[in-house]
Amino acid sequence: MIFWIKATKKLNPPANLFMLDPAIIFASVLNGLTTGAVYALIALGLTLIYGVLHIINFAHGAALMMALYGVYFLHEKLGLDPYVSLPIMVPAMFAAGYLLYRGVIGRASHGKDENILLITLGLSIILENAALYFFKSDTLSIDTPYTLSTVNIFGAMIAVPKVVAFFGALATTVVLLLVIGKTSLGRAIRACAKERQGARLVGIDVDHVFAMSFGIGLACLGAAACFLLPAYYVNPQVGNGFVLIAFTIVVLGGMGSFVGALIGGFLIGVVESLGGLVLGESLGQIGIFVIFIVVLLFRPQGLFGARA
Amino acid sequence: MLAARDLAISFGGLKAVSGVSLTVPAGKITALIGPNGAGKSTLFGLVSGFLKPDRGSVALEGREITGMKPHTICRLGMTRTFQIVQPFAQQTVRENIAVGAHLHIGGRKAALAAAEAVAQRVGLTSQLDKPAASLTVAGRKRLELARALATVPKLILLDEVLAGLNPQEVGEMIPVLRGIRDSGVTVFMIEHVMQAVMNLAEYVWVLAQGELIAQGLPTEVTRDDKVIEAYLGHGTAARLRAEAAHG
Amino acid sequence: MRSLAAIAILVVAVAALPLFVSSGVTLGFVTMVLYATLLGQAWNILGGFGGQFSFGHAVFFGTGAYAMAVLQMRFGFNAWLALPCAMALGAVAGTLLGALSFRYGLRGSYFALVTLAFAEVFRILANTFDFTGAGVGLQLPLQEGAGAMQFAGETGYLYLALALATISLLFAWWLKHSRYGAWLAAVRDNEDSAAALGVNAFRVKLAAITVSGALMAAGGAFYVQKFHYIDPHLAYGAAISVEALLSAIIGGMGTIFGPLLGAVVLHGLGELTRNSLSSAPGASLIIYGALLVLIIMFMPRGIAGLFEGKR
Repeated sequence: MIFWIKATKKLNPPANLFMLDPAIIFASVLNGLTTGAVYALIALGLTLIYGVLHIINFAHGAALMMALYGVYFLHEKLGLDPYVSLPIMVPAMFAAGYLLYRGVIGRASHGKDENILLITLGLSIILENAALYFFKSDTLSIDTPYTLSTVNIFGAMIAVPKVVAFFGALATTVVLLLVIGKTSLGRAIRACAKERQGARLVGIDVDHVFAMSFGIGLACLGAAACFLLPAYYVNPQVGNGFVLIAFTIVVLGGMGSFVGALIGGFLIGVVESLGGLVLGESLGQIGIFVIFIVVLLFRPQGLFGARA
Repeated sequence: MLAARDLAISFGGLKAVSGVSLTVPAGKITALIGPNGAGKSTLFGLVSGFLKPDRGSVALEGREITGMKPHTICRLGMTRTFQIVQPFAQQTVRENIAVGAHLHIGGRKAALAAAEAVAQRVGLTSQLDKPAASLTVAGRKRLELARALATVPKLILLDEVLAGLNPQEVGEMIPVLRGIRDSGVTVFMIEHVMQAVMNLAEYVWVLAQGELIAQGLPTEVTRDDKVIEAYLGHGTAARLRAEAAHG
Repeated sequence: MRSLAAIAILVVAVAALPLFVSSGVTLGFVTMVLYATLLGQAWNILGGFGGQFSFGHAVFFGTGAYAMAVLQMRFGFNAWLALPCAMALGAVAGTLLGALSFRYGLRGSYFALVTLAFAEVFRILANTFDFTGAGVGLQLPLQEGAGAMQFAGETGYLYLALALATISLLFAWWLKHSRYGAWLAAVRDNEDSAAALGVNAFRVKLAAITVSGALMAAGGAFYVQKFHYIDPHLAYGAAISVEALLSAIIGGMGTIFGPLLGAVVLHGLGELTRNSLSSAPGASLIIYGALLVLIIMFMPRGIAGLFEGKR
């Protein structure tokens, strides 16, 4: 990241970042951290799926978009608060993931990971355009009593939903780590991630575990959507913005590494926030993609991963 | 023909090959044998440019080739086959072999014709238009051989071309390999099937745990205590001798 | 030889079409099919023949499109000169992207993701700088006449698209009948084996992405001439990358006529859904997506695979 900030300094004569009020930078970093927590949650689902199934789920963003619509309609039609929707959205996304794997993804690889990538690309095209067809291209957001309230954190005003998202995402992450680390399902998942043939030999139903992992991966999106929507919006394309960000985090953190995804999420959140501050909305995003490309080219095992 | 000096490589602290020096004389069949995990395939990888050695050097016909890429080494006249056969599965046998032939032949028709001639040498003529994916294990081993031969090598490295074949198939393959040698191609082969090695090889190197432990004519090597122990376990040689003396 | 004859028949038939059909809609449809064939074939050369799946072919499309517009508008190039320049720039973009990716051994899904990221970077850059018209895009000034490559009716564009698509088809035919094509297929099927047989996999892949980039850039240049407009989203958005890979995969990867078949099917379906289902946005793309999933699941060799028999 350091190299990138250097490069931007060259673009923007005399040292832009340092002329900014430290308070603004501090607020920007805090904002980045809250966004980063949600990014981390999304990336955790992606990295779990990759770590266990060695599948790159390109439909991850589209699935998040669907979850956001789910939260939106639960609020609009049933009047459910997004946070109350958690116990509905998480199991619903889990079931969707489980069935999707069983019905389509698990059958389609023909032994090539590129095929899975194309299948999930196809799924994302279907989902995105189904959303466009049924919900139209309008950008929708919800209005909650706390949407506009803020809290003061050492002088920085941060929106309440963002603070909730930060802690909610962290809590979900802890739950996920406990499930993977402490339960018998978690043990089976880890076994399949390490050595699928061996897992099969000791009597683990590998296909079931794969489908469960895919389900859990999407369940993370269900939770992420509940935390995200109060401070965000939904439209058919909303997932696209998250796809490359989530991939960047996963690659940065090391494919399949939970800790890496967590740190990567915060890192990217902050980079995006500061990048937007220094370079402006449009060019600010570029930092993420440059990081992505550079990491893929020079350190594909990620900053925290071991070489495969 | 080929000379390796002091080759060494380790993977994550584990020494796969350490300090191996060997030579392969021109015009002969030389074998590299050793128990499982001895580092035979790794040594092939080092020699043929697929792996970069931590230290040591390789020379082909007196010319230094250490660190060269596999395709460059192939151009200089040395090619290899793989233990786990790797055909171009989507293509026919003829097309597979033609890839090798294209090394020296630019035209498509000429390369396909050359492929046919090579197929004849290894007994694949009847399978020429079948997809490579449909071949039996024996057929795939022949295909590996044919593709490599099609590059018109001076030296060919064969990584267990007899493994996985039944005794009849091994019997059919042996004259094919002799034929290759007789056509002037030097053969350096890794082999597990001991009987075949006895039959074929004119000189044998023995590798165990990444180091050379013996060399010589096949009959000499099989009498070597260190070789027997490497294959059958510590103390076996003494026991066998004792049994022979008492029996 | 049969494939070559088929290409010749196609050229003659399409060239003669305006003599018998005067409907602008029909000619426009055929033009768009040929244009989609060009995009699909560009992807197919790298993805189908070379096995390197790109998700970001928009990089080359956009480069071609912006080069075409910028060279004419800012540097006063004639369109007929700008076209080969745009293709050359697409080739350069291909070489650079390929050199980076293949030098560091990126394969499979990683390569796909890196191309996608490159397309995003280019989109953001085009969206930022005034040189490319930033978010507003560039509007090509109207200058009707064959000399400016802006045609009054559909016929001119039909011939232009036919010429470009034919070049791409001939290149695919050459791949099936040349040493280079054999090498490319070998690298696709097994890089290690190919290297052991003396094939320089890096250079072979680099050549493929270079040609692929040039043809895709030609598609972008054609787009600018036909629609007189380009913006960052049209040029570097995911839609164009997806369109290119869809027609190649649905039609049949690694075949000469796959992209053409795919283009016919996709645009045919597009017309059908527009006329029957409803004109709601998204309808035809849902079907395209479903088609992609079904083809990968059940017919990995695409429509062309049906004609080539069992292999």
